[in-house]
Amino acid sequence: MGNIWQDHKTSLIAIGLVVLALFSTIIVVPETQQGVVIRTGEPVRVVNKFRPDQDYGETGAGVQWRIPIIERVEYVDKRILDLDMEREQVLSSDQQRLQVDAYARFRVIDPVLMVERAGTTQGLRAQLEPILNSVVRQELGRFTFAAMLTAERGTAMSNITRKMDEEARAYGAQVIDVRIKRTDLPEGTPLAAAFTRMETDRQREAATIRAQGRKNAQIIRAEANAKAAKIYADSYGVDPGFYDFYRAMQSYDTTFGKAAAGQDKGESSIILSPNNEYLRQFRGR
Amino acid sequence: MRILDGFRNQIALAMAGKKGSPWGSGDNSGSGGDDGDGDSGGSKPSGPRNPWLPGGGGKDGPRRSANIEDIFKNRGPEGPRRGGGGGGFKMPPRPGGKSWFPVIAFALVGLWVFMTGFHQVERNEEGVVTTFGKYSRTIGPGISLTMPAPFQQVYKADVTTVQSIRIPEEGTEKLILTGDQNLVDLQYKIRYRIKDLKQFRFQLAEPRQTVVEVAEAAMRASVAEQTLDDTFSGAGRAEIQDRVRSRMQGILDAYRAGVTVVGIDIEETDPPAEVVDAFKDVSVAEQDANAAINRARAVEQQILAGAEGDTAAFDKVYEEYRQAPEVTRRRLYYETMERVLSNTDKTVVETEGVQTYLPLPEIRKRSQAQSAAQPSTITVEGQ
Repeated sequence: MGNIWQDHKTSLIAIGLVVLALFSTIIVVPETQQGVVIRTGEPVRVVNKFRPDQDYGETGAGVQWRIPIIERVEYVDKRILDLDMEREQVLSSDQQRLQVDAYARFRVIDPVLMVERAGTTQGLRAQLEPILNSVVRQELGRFTFAAMLTAERGTAMSNITRKMDEEARAYGAQVIDVRIKRTDLPEGTPLAAAFTRMETDRQREAATIRAQGRKNAQIIRAEANAKAAKIYADSYGVDPGFYDFYRAMQSYDTTFGKAAAGQDKGESSIILSPNNEYLRQFRGR
Repeated sequence: MRILDGFRNQIALAMAGKKGSPWGSGDNSGSGGDDGDGDSGGSKPSGPRNPWLPGGGGKDGPRRSANIEDIFKNRGPEGPRRGGGGGGFKMPPRPGGKSWFPVIAFALVGLWVFMTGFHQVERNEEGVVTTFGKYSRTIGPGISLTMPAPFQQVYKADVTTVQSIRIPEEGTEKLILTGDQNLVDLQYKIRYRIKDLKQFRFQLAEPRQTVVEVAEAAMRASVAEQTLDDTFSGAGRAEIQDRVRSRMQGILDAYRAGVTVVGIDIEETDPPAEVVDAFKDVSVAEQDANAAINRARAVEQQILAGAEGDTAAFDKVYEEYRQAPEVTRRRLYYETMERVLSNTDKTVVETEGVQTYLPLPEIRKRSQAQSAAQPSTITVEGQ
């Protein structure tokens, strides 16, 4: 067995060298990366380049070839990357301040251009960030404060995305989306003013609610009285003469009658004239 | 470790076993009975030097690199044992007098294939298989076989369980501007699920962070379309949740993120801590208003019931009166007079022209007796 070496050592060494050479010609490009093959400083081709209509598994990912030593591979991320904007203060067209946090999502679509102009993904981010900041500030600044908050933001965002995209193409990147993560009032006076406004707003609301409550209570009472009056009128109006008599009787009872328990009416003395109707029968007529 | 050490010892010993060239004259090693092929038997005492090492092949010291043939030549019980004074570890002899090396090598390869080639995918998971980084297939639950590690790799993730992210973190305040330029402190939960694992894996650099950022953007955009009061009301909240969900799904689909947004749950909407008292006062005012209305309703009931009672009594009497008007009228009159006059002091003045005498001293006496009582004197004139 040991003689295999002795007999075929030249060929064995040759095979070893071939295997070694083979390994140095193989590059492995993952699905998430694009490889820029650089031959003596000059990018010559791209493997696993991003194409929008390709499905995974059909791209150029996997095992690829290169000429050893003279070709080297620079890897560039193929995925959608994010670019976070620094918190920026934006002045609205009506001179109000707003703190804006935005992000952009981009993808390197031309890795050769990107490697030439920006070097690495980090370098690209550093290039794009000030662009994002200025575009956001410039575009949002055209809106009034109220419009910044509301639906009109949609058109602003597509403008920003378009402008960003134009600029980013120069670096071989495509901007997919720019979005505002947050809009906040700046700390300090504007925020305090907003709080005060909200507070007074609520105080007004509370006062209104209380007044409305009182008003409604009054209306309910008045309506009750009106209804009662109608009930009385309907009933008593049938015979006003008798009502007068009936009510008078009740009234005498109440005024001169026995005081109910716990009630004090005071004493009454009545002086009757003999002509009084009550004493009519006294006369024996 | 022990196995490895043993293996290394074996190599070292194999090397040490050769005086002279490491490649030559393997025939004098041990009994060599079973591997005596004879073709190497001393015919070339000065074999070629190890090409991978600097010269001086005659040295005795152990070499780091050993030819596999040499090692095989040394197999047999005597091989490793010979001159093994240095190493403390000795492999026990294998039955049949063979070397342990192939067994160990086979075991290692087996272990390698087993560890990196078998993949158990749980019931709620899927796995993405990549061959040299290239996507080749998606595997479902169960045990799958792939090529071992450097060739094929599997990325597994839960694709059925709905995952949730809470925003903001527990106990912190997140103020969002509403459409009417108020601020609301809002807490919500994103529920999402991986829809397409390969997109989730390959499309975005930071899938989870993307989901959070997209949710933030969608939430703020949706709240900015609502008024402050709407964010507090159930219907307004439901609408926000719905809009955020569809917005997020739209954005994520545009990114081809492979994520399904299952739902957004707004857990709490609060006014900012700074103005919470004013907000509380509004609800107190609502209670106050309701209380005032309730009191008025009580009064209303009293008034109406009183009216109904009074008129019902009158109606009853009036019915009687209609049967016999004069008699009823008289009866009522006398009955009332009885009650009234039986309860009062009476004075009947007989003769006309006589001045009415008021018993003032008596009244005064009475009023002194009961200071609280108000005496009254009424003259009932004739009809």
